[in-house]
Amino acid sequence: MIRTTGLVKTYHLGGATIRALDGVDLTVEAGEMLAITGSSGSGKSTLMHILGCLDRPDAGAYVLAGEDVSRLSKNRLAEIRNRRFGFVFQTFNLLPRLSALENVELPLLYAGARRAKNRAAEVLETVGLADRMRHSPSQLSGGQRQRVAIARALACDPAILLADEPTGNLDSRTGDEIMALFGVLNDAGRTVLVVTHEPHIAARCRRQIHMRDGRIDGTAS
Amino acid sequence: MAFWTIIKVGLKSLIGNALRSFLAMLGIIIGVGAVIAMLALGQGAREQVMQRVSVMGTNLLIVRPGQSIFHGVFSGIQQTLTEDDALALVTEVPGVRQVAPAVGGSVQIKYLGRNWRTRVTGTTATYLPIRDFAVAEGRTFTENEVENSARVVLLGPVTVDNLFGADDAVGQIVKVNGINFTVIGVLKSKGDQGWFNPDDQAMIPYTTAMSQLLGLDYLAEIDVHAEDGADTTRMIAGITRLLRKRHRLPEGTADDFNIRNQADMIETANQFTRTFTILLGGIASISLLVGGIGIMNIMLVTVTERTREIGIRKAIGAKERSILMQFLIEAVIVSGLGGALGIVLGVVAALLVERFTEFTTVIAPANIVMALSFSAMVGIFFGWYPALRAARLDPVDALRYE
Repeated sequence: MIRTTGLVKTYHLGGATIRALDGVDLTVEAGEMLAITGSSGSGKSTLMHILGCLDRPDAGAYVLAGEDVSRLSKNRLAEIRNRRFGFVFQTFNLLPRLSALENVELPLLYAGARRAKNRAAEVLETVGLADRMRHSPSQLSGGQRQRVAIARALACDPAILLADEPTGNLDSRTGDEIMALFGVLNDAGRTVLVVTHEPHIAARCRRQIHMRDGRIDGTAS
Repeated sequence: MAFWTIIKVGLKSLIGNALRSFLAMLGIIIGVGAVIAMLALGQGAREQVMQRVSVMGTNLLIVRPGQSIFHGVFSGIQQTLTEDDALALVTEVPGVRQVAPAVGGSVQIKYLGRNWRTRVTGTTATYLPIRDFAVAEGRTFTENEVENSARVVLLGPVTVDNLFGADDAVGQIVKVNGINFTVIGVLKSKGDQGWFNPDDQAMIPYTTAMSQLLGLDYLAEIDVHAEDGADTTRMIAGITRLLRKRHRLPEGTADDFNIRNQADMIETANQFTRTFTILLGGIASISLLVGGIGIMNIMLVTVTERTREIGIRKAIGAKERSILMQFLIEAVIVSGLGGALGIVLGVVAALLVERFTEFTTVIAPANIVMALSFSAMVGIFFGWYPALRAARLDPVDALRYE
């Protein structure tokens, strides 16, 4: 599903050059549930941005479902993000002025999907928020917000879910619930990548990779 | 993303920031309002002038003292035209059917207890057909009365109303600047023409006006009525030759009179009102430009403020084009709505001007269409850069933005 070889990404901060990724080789099979761990600054977020086609690597290859996506145009990358990936963020990143339903509808609108509203309602139901559709994010609890975000990630039925510290802003019980939801989604066949620095969250994934200074320095399962 | 959805998204974010959206719009509202009102004023002035010129009658040449410096702007009053000049024109210039010498002034007319201030024209009976006046009651001057400086007066219908009310005017004696005149006739109404009302005036023999009432030695103008089908260019040349000879102007000096025909006057009026309109429109356009810059400013703020939103939209699959459209449409909604409100403001302003001042305003539908499309263009033009900035944001940077 995902195969990267020698991914390099450098940033220029002031005068200094930071090698955020320094030769990352990673293979993720379809249907895997993988945790990417590491301390802050280890390059795990950068890796996720590149895997999620939000960013392009400076060097190296990234083959996604048989297609080299490391040199695609911004437009194509936007389409790939829309169809193949679902993003879940630490801070939920819902649009505050839109209702839960409208937030979930958004990726479907960009995809040009028909009956977007119905589909969005369906997905919200599967994450257990059938009765909260008209609420705005500010009227929802943290766990509910993250469920809306997951519903939004699922709206276009992507093969891969990318979660960046999905439990970082939640209490541990709610965090466990969210991770359980990811587990259910993974059981249903979706590939799930979770970036986290919390060991007990990582432990809920079938495989963990550990990053340090822009390289993968350990794998466990 | 469907077009309608983008408009809905734009409207939603504008309503969410209603006060700011309105302030952004205000520049456009005032700008468009000013353009509409100014153009209406210019158009009104134009139509008024045209109407006035066309009511003056056809086949008319007006000879006035003084040089024509530029399109009918005179170098001051000069005393050059005499009664003999006027008489000579009829006998010596081919194509002249009749002439009317004229002098003018302002007088106080009194009848019994009533007082009325009005314009007086001293002229001959020929002035009436030349200037398209007719007598509604009574009669016009006889040649004898003109020759003998008779104290007879023709009054306009408005003047009669003010002095006599419902009473019969013909045959009554009125005091014009303290001198007794007999009212011999009442003019037929021509309708108010805005700048002056031809229905409110008095006409007396020019001889009487010059010697007894106004104390003038020279004429203010000679109206020349051409024969139908006469070549006015040749007539002007003929009049010029004759008057130069009579005034003993040496070769090479400028004329001490000027001759205007109706085509000239229409042209002058057109030119004046066109300049007037361009000037007013130009000033108003500047405010529209300033309004556009206001929109750009607000849109830039909006884009910065919504960086994170843009990042989120991009993460879930928005293309640059979608983001560009979203912000562009937002800008166009602001400017378009501002334009529409501006048109309302402009029309109301024009109507108020019409109602409460002497100016006439004419609102041309073309101007409204133009203002609306122009304001939409302002939105596109000034919204483009902020929208492009939004579209070009790097998704990772935008998501990280706090």
